[in-house]
Amino acid sequence: MDRLRTRRPTLDERAYRTGSLLSAASPCAKFPATAMAESAYLSGVAIQNSEVLDSQRHSVLVRVTHWIQTLSFIALVLSGIAILLAHPRLYWGETGAVGTPSLIDLPLPFVLDVPIRGPGRYLHFLSAWVFVLTGLLYVLSGFFTRHFQKNLVPSKTDFGWKPILRVVSNHARLKRPSEEESRSYNVLQRLTYLSVIFLLSPLIIITGLAMSPAVTSVFPVIVNVFGGQQSARTIHFFVSVALVLFLLVHIAMVCLAGFKNRMRAMITGRNAAGKEPS
Amino acid sequence: MSSSLSRRKLITTGLATAAGVSGLGVAAVLAQRYGLIPPDHGGIFGAGETLTYAAQRLLTSHHSLAREFNRSEISKVAFVNGKPPQNEEYQRHVAGGFADWRLTIEGLVAHPTSFSLADLKRFPSRSQITHQACEEGWSFIAEWIGVPLSTVLNFVGVSAQAKYVVYRSFDGFWWDSIDMPDAWHPQTFLAYGMNGGELSVDHGAPVRMKVARQLGYKSVKYISHLTVTDSMKNIGDGQGSPSPAAGYSWYAGI
Repeated sequence: MDRLRTRRPTLDERAYRTGSLLSAASPCAKFPATAMAESAYLSGVAIQNSEVLDSQRHSVLVRVTHWIQTLSFIALVLSGIAILLAHPRLYWGETGAVGTPSLIDLPLPFVLDVPIRGPGRYLHFLSAWVFVLTGLLYVLSGFFTRHFQKNLVPSKTDFGWKPILRVVSNHARLKRPSEEESRSYNVLQRLTYLSVIFLLSPLIIITGLAMSPAVTSVFPVIVNVFGGQQSARTIHFFVSVALVLFLLVHIAMVCLAGFKNRMRAMITGRNAAGKEPS
Repeated sequence: MSSSLSRRKLITTGLATAAGVSGLGVAAVLAQRYGLIPPDHGGIFGAGETLTYAAQRLLTSHHSLAREFNRSEISKVAFVNGKPPQNEEYQRHVAGGFADWRLTIEGLVAHPTSFSLADLKRFPSRSQITHQACEEGWSFIAEWIGVPLSTVLNFVGVSAQAKYVVYRSFDGFWWDSIDMPDAWHPQTFLAYGMNGGELSVDHGAPVRMKVARQLGYKSVKYISHLTVTDSMKNIGDGQGSPSPAAGYSWYAGI
């Protein structure tokens, strides 16, 4: 049960220092170099303090919901694109059609009568249910286990200019997180995750429901608040773009912070491997 | 400590599984009993469809009305999708002002009836200014004038076993169906007028179905046939309409 929290250089830090990462063309391409550095390291030093590496990073519930959300989000994006291509024009207000002024004409073709469009709607709503139910489970358990308070709400000291500037400068210089830093989230991560969970996700769900003539017959406020059904559709589009951008930055950051370690943490729950596999 | 923990875990997991399985069983029976399972509940997307339909049926009452708008909000452009029936018979009806056109109602009704357009217009007319929103993404607001389907259903006398109303277009190409909550809904019209005038050929003359709480494709044009039924099993492929086979859900409340 006792987990030592001694400071040691991370695998990535060592690889970073030796410059083996800098030559890599893309962030994820450093992966083999890291793996090599790791096996060299593990064969020598790691065994004597394997307990250090055995720390729990993510709870089972966080990991399971994370990967279910990943799958449902990818399905939502793909099916959303299929739906959008039927009419890639965005409007503001209640109504809009070809022959009326648009807000934005997306540089995409009108793709009708392709087999993917219909099943796209079926897939969109099936994966929306998975996304919403898994998300609810995550949020409720997050409140229950104080996951948000413990891991995501920034502390008061996080809000000074100095800590924020330090995090920004670390990011700007592509400085890798230390082992200690990778045990928790920095202030930018905390604010980003909180806005994805408590701002963008509710917004994408509500703007989706705002396009439902049946749901709005009971709760007209959810569409009126956005200024109309077409406005809700437009906001739904831009929130989904924001979520896709988050996903891309998230993946880029995982690659920069050490793809293998971060993936291991989100799959096994451990921050770093305790032992060599063989 | 670890053994008591694992025993506790085992018991909780067992109880949770038992509760989950029996819960699902009870849910399935109740869902069937209260009409919360759509005709297109099968297949890989069936679970999502069933959840959507059941949730929206539980959420919407028979009286929750689709949003209505002011006359000033009626769209200047009412986008037209699709073409009118191409056969000669329809052309003859258009030329004759639909004088010989008939709407027949059969199935689980006390008095199967055939109505002329004039017969339908003798019922008290109603109007609504609501959205016509296509699943593709475009939409317009229009005034729809007609007779509520419920008025006609009351006139012919619907059996207590009735679960769906099936409606077919003149050329038999388009058809669809709605459940009784939407069939009895005050905004479900047999619409024969639009924006103060007659319904145009482009918009479904002489009569189109208007289902205000569902997306546009449920509001089938050129209606000439209604069937009241207790089951969709022997109608078409049993999924309630041709839409599910093409990938569009039978229930289009979202």
